This record gives sequence, structure tokens and C-alpha cells, in this order.
Amino acid sequence: MIVAERKPIEEIRAMVKDFKKVLTVGCGTCVAVCLAGGEKEVGVLNSELKIARRMEGDPIETGAMTVERQCDMEFLEELDGVVDEYDALISMACGAGIQFLAERFPEIPVFPAVNTSFIGVNREVGWYEEKCRACGTCVLGMTAGICPVTMCAKGLFNGPCGGTNKGSCEINSDQPCAWYKIHERLAKQNRLANILEICPANDWRNQTPRTIVQPGYQERLTALGIK
Amino acid sequence: MKSGSNLEKILRAGHFAFTGELGPPRGSNVEAVREKAKPLVGNVDAVNITDNQTAMVRMSSWAASLIAIEEGLEPNYQMVCRDRNRLAMQADILGASALGIRNMLCLSGDHQQFGDHPQSKGVFDIDSTQLIGTVKKMRDEAKFLGGADIDGPPKLFIGGAANPFAEPHEWRVHRLAKKVAAGVDFVQTQCIFNMERMRTWVKEAVDMGLTEKVYILAGVTPMKSIGMARYMQLKVPGMDVPNEIIKRLQGVDKKKVADEGIKIACEQIEEFKEMKGVAGVHLMAIEWEHKVPEIAERANVLPRPVV
Repeated sequence: MIVAERKPIEEIRAMVKDFKKVLTVGCGTCVAVCLAGGEKEVGVLNSELKIARRMEGDPIETGAMTVERQCDMEFLEELDGVVDEYDALISMACGAGIQFLAERFPEIPVFPAVNTSFIGVNREVGWYEEKCRACGTCVLGMTAGICPVTMCAKGLFNGPCGGTNKGSCEINSDQPCAWYKIHERLAKQNRLANILEICPANDWRNQTPRTIVQPGYQERLTALGIK
Repeated sequence: MKSGSNLEKILRAGHFAFTGELGPPRGSNVEAVREKAKPLVGNVDAVNITDNQTAMVRMSSWAASLIAIEEGLEPNYQMVCRDRNRLAMQADILGASALGIRNMLCLSGDHQQFGDHPQSKGVFDIDSTQLIGTVKKMRDEAKFLGGADIDGPPKLFIGGAANPFAEPHEWRVHRLAKKVAAGVDFVQTQCIFNMERMRTWVKEAVDMGLTEKVYILAGVTPMKSIGMARYMQLKVPGMDVPNEIIKRLQGVDKKKVADEGIKIACEQIEEFKEMKGVAGVHLMAIEWEHKVPEIAERANVLPRPVV
């Protein structure tokens, strides 16, 4: 899932300081699961905002809505009409959701309440770990299911750097060396031959805006005249 | 001859190579480079010019390399993958070759988190093995990594780094094998203090036939103090400093610790001269460039052969 972290209240306050009535929009998917931007967090943020603004003698009126997914136009429809009553929107979705919300309501300012952090996993409630950089050229088959782009601090493709230290990464002894782990797991699977070949320079074309049309859907989009 | 560098000639002629290191200043102080260069002239075959070492901004490696050439040294131009993408790297490689640089050391680089710009975006577009392959492709096929033709390919003797100590140990010789397959001409190792581990690793390389394809230069660093030895043992990633080294330094009079450090380095060099598979020594006298003549003298590697 996409993992996000809520911005500090001071930063959010600064963004909405000129607005009297804001609607905070939560998202029910990833950011709700990682406890950053679901229904509960919308309520907490609104309370914090209201208390802070009341204390400085400039009260703010807040509204709360949490949609199923902000990255899906279908779920943004329920906000039509509602947003007109507000001066600004605060989105608690990931960067994708925030942008989609802003695209749907281009007349009204939309502010992010979270920093979208990474694509990761849930280790334990409240504890998340990055696992994927969405590089678009997955090599997990070669590396026994451990991502060298994400898990190696230098994103190396051909084995550990000289800084690997008894299984730890040079940046931090709590961070495992990805290549140490890859070696360990491949050895266990008797597949070390995988990493004895040189892995060529990666294709980093994920740096340009990407779109995907899944096979089988092109025809439909063409018929709709969309793409 | 791939590059015509002095280092290449020395190694091809079968001489025991002896290289040094020069860290560029943190500024545009040309005199600082010249001062560090002086004691190295005539005492080493080539000098590594580090590239933003420990991720601290310094005078660029190619610029300091050119100053070193003016001072009569042959540079071994270092390039790390941390700070440049493949376009910038290939551009600098062409520029370095055009201006007379003939040796190049391809490295991944220390992580930017350690330096004075931890907020920076580490590039790592390609890794050190891929950089070696890139330089080889440019030199031997006159092609850029992207496949286009090069008008005037670079002439470079390609170097890489090897760490015989970091775990997993069994992977270490394979990592060397990959760099050999990528086209490395010589490697310089991590500073060696654990001689036992080094002997094992070199033997593995010899047994795999790698030393017929690559010149191994053993990395030697003289310990200046017990504090330095302890720091290297505990704080420097990838370093293997056995307790015996520390005990030996502790066993001499305080004033003689640095001298004992040099003595250990000289003993290592004497052993490397005899070690099958080792083609030379890379002396990393960290901020101790002025001691190089004394160390070279005591290690009996002078005079340097003229080829």
C-alpha cells in the first residue's frame, strides 16, 4: 500500500491561515490503513485546527468527508455540490488522491495534509516499511524477492558495496544490507548463479509521467474517445 | 597497450606497482594540491585523486588530476556513481581522456548520508560494475552506453575497488569476477589489516584464474595512532581490523606508535611482494602524503622503475 505521514499541524495551519471554512477530505484506502488520513485522522486534524484557531482568536469552520478512494473519480462524485460551501479543501489522501481531487475541483484551493512517503508494508500496527520504488523494471525474480532499488541504500544491481558490514548497511547498523540478504536467500534456494551474471544498467524511464492501459481495455477507451 | 599509462606499462612489464593517494582540498586552493603532490613525485607510479571522498564536497577529481599532471604525477582519476548520471559520467570520461588522464578508478561511492550534504539526492544511475563496463565499451568499441558511436574513444586504464573482508565472504571473489567480466584492468583493495583473510581471498582469485585477467593492488594504510586503529575497527564500514593490530600498537612506547604503524605497513608490503596474485600495493596514507617517501624507502620499493 501507499504509506503516508501526516504533516505537522503548524504546516497545515500555515497553508489554510487565510481561509474561514475548510472541508477536510479523508481517503478510505491506503492512508486509512496506515493511520495517516482516514476518517479518524480527519476528525483529529479538524479538532486540532479548530482549537488552534480559536486560541488565536480567528476561529475556523471545518467540514469532514471521507471517500472510499480519492484516486477514483467515481468516489469523488459524492463531493459534487458539497465543496461549493467551502473556501478550501484539505486532502488527507496520498499525492495521487490529492491531485485527482484538485483536478475534479479546479476552482477551489486544495492543500495536502500528508506527506506521501513510500509504497510499503505493514510490519505491525503503526509500523510500516518501504518495499518498492515503482521503478517499472522489476528484478525481484533475480534477487530472491528482495528489491535492490529500494532496500539497498545505493540501489546497486551487482552485489554489495564495500561498505556492507556483517550483514548491515553502511548507512545504519539497523538497516540490513539488501545484498547480504539476497545472497543468503538465494544460497538457501540454491540459486546463487542468478547474481554471478552482470546485471546491465537499469532503465529508469519511470522518471517521466507514466500511463498504463491494461491489455483488453484499449478498445473500450478508444470507443469512448478518451485514449 | 590499452591506455599507455605509466601504471599500465609498469604492470605489463611485470614490475611490482606502487601507487599513492591524494585527496583534493575543500576549496579551490591549487597550492594545497601542489603541496600534497610534491612528496609523491618519483615515489609512486600513479596517484589516486579521490572524488568527493566520504561524500564531502571537494575540488573535482578531474581538475585536481590535471594539477597533479602539471606537478609530474600520473593521476588515477576516481569517479563515483553517487554524484552523476550516465550522461555526466560519460562526458567527464571523454573530457578526462582528452586532457591526458590515462587511469580511471570506477567506484560506487560512500553514501551521501555521511557527508556534508546529507539532504542531497544520491544518483546511483549505474553501479560501479556497470561503470567499468561503460568505460570499456567506450574505449574498446568506441560506443556510448546508449549505443551511439564515439568520435575519438577515450584511452583509459580501467580500475575498480575490491573488498576482501566484507561479508558474505564467499561473495567477495565473485564480485571481483563480475568486475573482471565487466572489463576492469586493475583493482585496488580496501585497506588491509586482516592478512589471513587477504591471503584466502587472493588464493581464491588465483584459483579462479582471475589474476591472469586483472592486476590486484593490495591496499595498505599505515596506522598513525591507537585512536585511528580503534576508529577504523569500530566505525568504518567494511573495514576489518583484528585486535592483534591494536595490541601491537599498544605494546610500544606512546611516541613510537606512528613508527610502529609504518613498520606494520612495511611488513605487509614485503609480504605482498612475494604473494602470488598480488601485482602491487596501493598506499593510502590518509592525510599523510608527506610520509610516503619514508614509507616507500623503508618498504624497499624505491627507486620506481622507468618504463
